[in-house]
Amino acid sequence: MSWFRRYRLGPLLGLVLLVLILSITSQQFLTVSNLLDVLLQTSVNALLAIGMTFVILTAGIDLSVGSTLALTSALAAEWMVGGTNPWLAGIAALCIGGVAGAFNGVLVAYARLAPFIVTLGTMTLFRGLTEIYTNGQPIFNLPNSFNGLGNGSILKIPVPVWITIVMFFIAWAVLSRTVAGRRIYAIGGNEKVAYLAGVRAKRYLVAVYVVSGILAALAGLILTSRLATAEPTAGNGYELDAITAVVLGGTSLFGGEGTLVGTIIGALILGVIDNGLNLLNVSSFYQDAVKGLVILIAIMLDRKKSDGR
Amino acid sequence: MSRLEMRAIEKGFSGVPILRKVDLTVEGGEVHALLGENGAGKSTLMKTLTGIYRADSGEILLDGVPQNFHSILDSRKAGINIIHQELNLFSNLSIEENLLIGYEQPFRTAVGWIRSRKLREQTRELLQLVGLSRSPETPVSELGIGERQLVEIAKALQSDVRFLIMDEPTAALTDQETRRLFQMIDDLKRRGVGIIYISHRLEELFAIADRVTVLRDGMTVGTYCMREVEEDVLVERMVGRSVENRYPRSESQPGDVILELDHIQTRRLHKPISLTVRTGEIVGIGGMMGAGRTEVARAIAGIDRLLGGTMRLKGQSVQFRSPREALEHGVALVTEDRKDDGLILPFAVRLNLALPTLAERQRLGFVEQQRERAFAEEWIRRLSIRVQDADQPVVNLSGGNQQKVVFAKWLAQDPQLLVLDEPTRGVDVGAKHDIYQLMNEMKARGKGILMISSDLPELLGMSDRVYVMRDGAVVGQLMGSNMDQEVFMALVARSQEVES
Repeated sequence: MSWFRRYRLGPLLGLVLLVLILSITSQQFLTVSNLLDVLLQTSVNALLAIGMTFVILTAGIDLSVGSTLALTSALAAEWMVGGTNPWLAGIAALCIGGVAGAFNGVLVAYARLAPFIVTLGTMTLFRGLTEIYTNGQPIFNLPNSFNGLGNGSILKIPVPVWITIVMFFIAWAVLSRTVAGRRIYAIGGNEKVAYLAGVRAKRYLVAVYVVSGILAALAGLILTSRLATAEPTAGNGYELDAITAVVLGGTSLFGGEGTLVGTIIGALILGVIDNGLNLLNVSSFYQDAVKGLVILIAIMLDRKKSDGR
Repeated sequence: MSRLEMRAIEKGFSGVPILRKVDLTVEGGEVHALLGENGAGKSTLMKTLTGIYRADSGEILLDGVPQNFHSILDSRKAGINIIHQELNLFSNLSIEENLLIGYEQPFRTAVGWIRSRKLREQTRELLQLVGLSRSPETPVSELGIGERQLVEIAKALQSDVRFLIMDEPTAALTDQETRRLFQMIDDLKRRGVGIIYISHRLEELFAIADRVTVLRDGMTVGTYCMREVEEDVLVERMVGRSVENRYPRSESQPGDVILELDHIQTRRLHKPISLTVRTGEIVGIGGMMGAGRTEVARAIAGIDRLLGGTMRLKGQSVQFRSPREALEHGVALVTEDRKDDGLILPFAVRLNLALPTLAERQRLGFVEQQRERAFAEEWIRRLSIRVQDADQPVVNLSGGNQQKVVFAKWLAQDPQLLVLDEPTRGVDVGAKHDIYQLMNEMKARGKGILMISSDLPELLGMSDRVYVMRDGAVVGQLMGSNMDQEVFMALVARSQEVES
């Protein structure tokens, strides 16, 4: 059983189990189009969860991703409506996302404020700024050339899924293969030890929030393109889905422990549950309750295993 | 008199035997020392005795009656109590609240209110008994470590204690506090309490213990009368081989000055500090806890910035703004508290070893995994660190092996100046010896070593020179024929006379 624990196969097993159950109970589930749909539906949350993994590995948390997503989407949409090239508007939005993340990071690393409080504040702040900027109104009439980001396909696979896959591999390589990744884990494991070992802990702390902010902006662009609208309420509550995916994937909220592979599996579990409950025509009232239960069960199973040493 | 017997105790974890037939007999009214290297099974034995673990086989007899403890509450009811090495007090609560927790029964009314007056009175009595002149309402966070130890004893005395286990009680105490503790132990003895005393400080055992049981590799080696046994014999029994010289100081010819502190001050060091360390020299810093020793180390290692004075490294004036800058100049600090400041406990040995030198084994920012593994294995071999493999989490290692990991991680930097803060605290004799050899090796290679130690024999035994600190100032220097316990104590004690 040690390899089972070592590679933390619990979440994967849970995902496989869910897929098996749904394959049996629903005929539509195990079809190429439906599975691609699951991946597409998961991509926004997966992107947020990838950023969230960086933050949580340092024992932080980023509650502001949903609001960052909304703010950057609104800005990009307004610029595009005003005639700015979509590429340019998109890149600018990513930069704004990075700045928003840096703002969180500086408050956490240099002002030594608790990440939960800081991002709780900026969550409300960024949402408020979005509402001021949009006057509470959705932004329509985006240029057609922006349509492809959320709705196009390459080799029959939706563009957002490609983007998520690429981001996943980059982030995975950074976290598990680079010196920077090692240092991020070390900071989460014990910031003081890392500092004494010569790690510039503060810079890395800022960096993880920047990563989270940029990925939130990227997720926002995809969402806006898919809906062809930038809603001021977009991304409301998304931070919790992202955190759920990270935790389901076995990452410790206390930092220093966890993998990006786990996070992706966590995001997929959430995506499959949503999709499956829809296919099984479960009423939306029940959906949340079922989802909550599945999350609790998954976490309990995982906890049992990690305590068993 | 009561009598506690543990017979042929066996205990293993997931197939690995930790205790293999251990016998231990303790009489009421004696101080019975338990001696053994880290990993010999002392803690496991005590956890078995107190019902935290259940023995796989063997029996525990109290006055000849077999006992079956399922939890620490059972053993406490039987009159066996333990004071853990890491004091288990709630520092956010007051003394009386700490005494209450776990012993609520006599202090609660039928509906669950606390009888605060009764609690306060009883707390006052207990504090008087252990000789702690503090009010029951004092928050534990305001107490020093020695005082906390006394609160722990008071807590243990609340129940009718017949056998008291003390795990490394003096590890963090000053000499004065230690003397206070020993008086307390004598009182307990006279009251017929049997004390199981765990400590690595042999000198201490000769001062306080009546008998000693030596454990090695989960087996009882023997029980001896302290009065009839030689120190060397005990060490040999414990380590399993003879240790020639406990403090193997090597003679060397010190070279140029590598570190010079010229009236430095930091926000923690208000009085200017001056000292020098030369290449090929081990310089000790002695003094009471709180005398400012660690603060000097922090200044040298770039944790606290200089607010005044000059620090010169090989004659060049330096100003470190972070540990990183100190490391870049070849100055490494082995911190006092390896669990909080030295190691990332849940991480693999390999990752801990690699952390300060990550950048040396990278290509385009990517860690060179194979080189890192080879690097870790090499250091594990060089310092003979006992591990299953390089991927074992350090939390599972014994104290001595953990300390070796800390040492290795800094030695890998090849520092010019190594600052050691309590390098062998909580480390067993065998590992201590290895660490001393490492220090000598560095010395022979012309490195400078500055060692802070509260272990006086170690300080005088390993250092070429010793600075004595008191109240945040250097008050004297010992060298040559001056390197003597009495001279040292005189320097340290002078302040206490003035203070009191």
